[in-house]
Amino acid sequence: MSEPKDLVAVMDSDVRKTPRRIAFITKRTSPQVRVRDEDRVMTYPEVFFRAAVAIQVLAIALVVTSLLWDAPLEGLADPMHTPNPAKAPWYFLGLQELLHYFPPVVAGVLIPGLVVMALIIIPYFNINVEAEGLWLRDKAKRLRIFGIVVVVFCIFLAVFDVWVALVPTLIVAAFMLLAARTDPQTAKGFRQWLVRKPLSFWIMTWFLVELFVLTAIGTFFRGPGWSWVLPWRA
Amino acid sequence: MANTVDQLLEQVRENRIWRSIFRSGTGDSNLHKSLFVQQNVFLHLFSIKARKRTLEFSATWYLGAMTLGTFLILVITGILLMLYYHPSVPQAYADMKDLQFVVSSGVFLRNLHRWSAHAMVFLVFAHMFKVFYRGAYRPPREFNWVVGVVLLLVTLLLSYTGYLLPWDQLAYWAVTVGSNIASAVPVMGSKIRFLMLGGTAVNANALLRFYVLHCVILPLAAILFIAIHFWRIRKDGGIYAGEPAPEVESK
Repeated sequence: MSEPKDLVAVMDSDVRKTPRRIAFITKRTSPQVRVRDEDRVMTYPEVFFRAAVAIQVLAIALVVTSLLWDAPLEGLADPMHTPNPAKAPWYFLGLQELLHYFPPVVAGVLIPGLVVMALIIIPYFNINVEAEGLWLRDKAKRLRIFGIVVVVFCIFLAVFDVWVALVPTLIVAAFMLLAARTDPQTAKGFRQWLVRKPLSFWIMTWFLVELFVLTAIGTFFRGPGWSWVLPWRA
Repeated sequence: MANTVDQLLEQVRENRIWRSIFRSGTGDSNLHKSLFVQQNVFLHLFSIKARKRTLEFSATWYLGAMTLGTFLILVITGILLMLYYHPSVPQAYADMKDLQFVVSSGVFLRNLHRWSAHAMVFLVFAHMFKVFYRGAYRPPREFNWVVGVVLLLVTLLLSYTGYLLPWDQLAYWAVTVGSNIASAVPVMGSKIRFLMLGGTAVNANALLRFYVLHCVILPLAAILFIAIHFWRIRKDGGIYAGEPAPEVESK
């Protein structure tokens, strides 16, 4: 703090409250308090109004969808006749796709269990909280670990013939290498953005890509006996 | 005309009975706006003020609000569907046909419930990824992230249990595929599956269990955790605004 010395500005740092500022102006000086304040609005009506608009737009979209497309309804459930393929709801088709490659205890229990665990612990690891660019420190050591992990994981996927998970893994790994080969001082635009990304970003993005690819394949590209089909031929 | 309506509304709000229910009173000062939120058992989950930055579309894409929207639609359409539905075999399927051919707007009702359910699953995932990429899971919001993961699981279970209720081929075999995964759990897999289905195969008992889970237990769990989720937003300092709060400017 510079002059004037007799001016003390205190800002409550407790984020759970609206910051309260108290300025004691003790001597003859005119106050020169410069605090950037955060603009606040009243929850009622500002926030509620906007949320209501968002919900109404969504409701209109869903009503229009419901008027145009009917929910599927097949014949009466018949335990004697198994449809081929028998598919789970779409959000489980990524898991069902994995079930095609791995034993049920791995694809059905271990992997979803690990995913849920991983999601829960995200905010409890400082490496995720500080969110420093992955390659900004200890680059050589981290590159070695990264190389070993990717190679071992890809061999594992190849042994089980999981090419559908291996290709997205390689694509994400390629972007990670691109980030590693980027100089944070001189890079611009996309590569500058890439080089600032922490480990948690890469893992989550890999998870998102795998989730999307596996779900899309399970939904659109799997036919009788879980064989590969093209959606426009089905 | 507008003045007369305003006066009329004002008179209603000054009415003794109205005042006994809603204590925020008349007027539109910030105090009244605060009391409107604070004195309401549902709205007081939210903070009275919000940082303007958090209202920008890019901050949240309003994914959380829209997820709540799908949940509200699902509760309303779900209750209406319950009026026409019997969780028994094969009556459940006959009820689907009644919705299709007999009940007024029955098809629309079922369509809206089904598409909203898909939308909710999608929006919950989208909300989760948006929160992650914003970094909004960081302290002090780490526990609310965990509550969010619980809500993701509750949503998936709600959708999954609802999937069986039409009792058509699609429902039956999708749930059969899913329940077979439960039996892969080491040691107690078949026990879990038995508990889940109320038998060794998907049958009338399973339909009843899924119905109870879908219409009572899971919605109550969802409402409970949604309440905690919203309340924690307030307790954790409002919606994440992107950067740390502005500090005292010094030069």
